[in-house]
Amino acid sequence: MATRLLWASKAASYLRISVFHRAFSSVVKDLKYADSHEWVKVDGNSATVGITDHAQDHLGDVVYVELPEVGTAVKQGDSFGAVESVKATSDINSPVSGKVVEVNEELNNSPALVNSSPYEKGWIIKVDISNVGELKNLKDSDEYKKFCEEEDAKH
Amino acid sequence: MRGGLWQLGQSITRRLAQADKKAITRRYFASEADLKKTVLYDFHIAHGGKMVPFAGWSMPIQYKDSIMDSTINCREYGSLFDVSHMCGLSLNGKDCIPFLEKLVIADVAGLAPGTGTLTVFTNEKGGAIDDSVITKVTDDHIYLVVNAGCRDKDLAHIEEHMKSFKAKGGQVSWHIHDERSLLALQGPLAAPVLQHLTKEDLSKIYFGEFRMLDINGSHCFLTRTGYTGEDGFEISVPSDNAVDLAKAILDKSEGKVRLTGLGARDSLRLEAGLCLYGNDMEQHTTPVEAGLTWAIGKRRKAEGGFLGAEVILKQLAEGPKIRRVGFSSSGPPPRSHSEIQDEKGTNIGEITSGGFSPCLKKNIAMGYVNSGYHKAGTKVKLVVRGKAYDGVVTKMPFVPTKYYKPS
Repeated sequence: MATRLLWASKAASYLRISVFHRAFSSVVKDLKYADSHEWVKVDGNSATVGITDHAQDHLGDVVYVELPEVGTAVKQGDSFGAVESVKATSDINSPVSGKVVEVNEELNNSPALVNSSPYEKGWIIKVDISNVGELKNLKDSDEYKKFCEEEDAKH
Repeated sequence: MRGGLWQLGQSITRRLAQADKKAITRRYFASEADLKKTVLYDFHIAHGGKMVPFAGWSMPIQYKDSIMDSTINCREYGSLFDVSHMCGLSLNGKDCIPFLEKLVIADVAGLAPGTGTLTVFTNEKGGAIDDSVITKVTDDHIYLVVNAGCRDKDLAHIEEHMKSFKAKGGQVSWHIHDERSLLALQGPLAAPVLQHLTKEDLSKIYFGEFRMLDINGSHCFLTRTGYTGEDGFEISVPSDNAVDLAKAILDKSEGKVRLTGLGARDSLRLEAGLCLYGNDMEQHTTPVEAGLTWAIGKRRKAEGGFLGAEVILKQLAEGPKIRRVGFSSSGPPPRSHSEIQDEKGTNIGEITSGGFSPCLKKNIAMGYVNSGYHKAGTKVKLVVRGKAYDGVVTKMPFVPTKYYKPS
C-alpha cells in the first residue's frame, strides 16, 4: 500500500516524516509480500490479499476500509482501495493482477479487524490471479522482514 | 506507507504553497540531526514517544497508547503535552498595549490584569498571520504564545512594527522566553493533580486567567487554557525544571494522566472545534470568515485601528462570502482539501481539517462553505477519492467543552 499521492509527492518528501519503531512486527512464513506492505496468500489461481502487521502498526487505529466491487480488475502494484486510520490515509496496492472475486464485507462494520488480525480476519480481497508469473516480483517472509528492518533503520 | 503519514503535515504542505520558499526550505528540509529538541526529548524517548519532525522540531506524535486511546484518556482523566516548541513571548513597557492593539483584533486595553484571550494577528488585507493566546499580566506586561510553525514570520512581523513604533517614541520591548519550556496539562484531573504541586488555590483561577506562581518549587507562568476543549492549564516552566515537573505531574496522577502526543492533540482540538493555523486559517482567511468574530473586541469593532481593520469591519457589516463550519459525515473520513458540494453536486467549498472522532466514533470535519450553506443541518456532499458521501453541517464544538468558568 502506498501513501496517497499527495503524501508521497509532497508531504512525505518535504517533511521526511518518520516514526521510530518500538519493535519489529510479525510476518507469516508462507505468504508473499509487496514492498508497499501488502501480503498475499496464494492457493493455485486464488489469492487472498491484506496489509501486513508492519503496515497496520504504522497506520494505527483503522477506522475505514474502502473496498472495491466484486468483479473489479486489479493490476500488480496498482491501487484498488484505501485504508483510513485516525492519523492517515493510505492506498492499498494489489500484489497480484486479476479479478476481484470476493471482498471482506466484515470490514464495513469492523474495520479494526485490520489491526487486531491483519493476516486472518482482516483480509481485504480475494483475487482470481491472471498471471501467476508475477508472483516472482514479490518477497518471501525473510526478505520482507529484512526489508522492513532496513526501512525502519533509515528513519 | 513511508513514514508517519500524518494529517498535520498537510498544514505544512499547504503553507509551502504560499510562504517564503527559502525559509521553508531551511526549516523543513532540515535533516533529522538538524531538528530542534525540547529539554524533554530524552524523557519522550524513555516513555516510548514516536518522534516526528514538526515545524523544525522533533516532537512525539504518540507514545505507547494509540491515538484513539490517548484522545479518550484525555477526556476521561487527563493528558500531559510537551508544547515547548511553541514560542512564549513577553512584551514590556508602558506602551505595550497600544503597540499590540495595532497588530491584533482583541480589546487588550479592556482585559483585566491577569486575564487573557484567544486572538488573531492580522495582515493589511485582514488575513490571519497567526492565532495566539495573549494575556495582560499587568498594564505594562503582555505574555503571549505563538505557533511554532509561525515563529519566524511572527517575530519578524512584530519586530518590524516595533521598530517604527519605537521610532515614533513608543515605549515597548520584548523578551523571547527561550529559557522556558511549555507543558499543557489538560482534562478533568488537571486541576486536582496540579493542586498537589502548588500552594495557590487553583479553584480561584478561571478559564483564560493567568498567574505567576510557584509550582513544584519553581517560578512558573500558569494560564488556565488549552487546545483540547477540556479544563486545563498551560504551564511555562524554567527549562531546567521541566523534566522534574513532568515527572511530578505524572506521579501525582497515579498513572491516570498520560503523556500525549501531537496526534491525539489534533483529534482533541478538532473535536473541540478549534482552528489549526495553516489548515483552518491562513494568510488569506479573515477572523470573520473563520468564525472568530467573537474575538474582535467591541471597542475594536467600533474603532478599528488594527491591520486590515477596513476589510474586517466591512465584512462584519456586509457578512463574509465564506464561513468556517463543522461537518459530520458517513463513509471514509474527509480530510484537508476534500471538496464540499451541495446536493446537486455544485462545488461550494473545501474541507480544511477532518478525521475520525475517537470520542464520538464518527467522522468530523471543518471547512469553508459559501455563505448560505453555513446553517447547521444543511445537507452537503463531501468528496473523498472521487466519490461523494453524505455530510451535514454540524454545530461546533463537536464534543462539549468543559472550560472552568465561574458559576
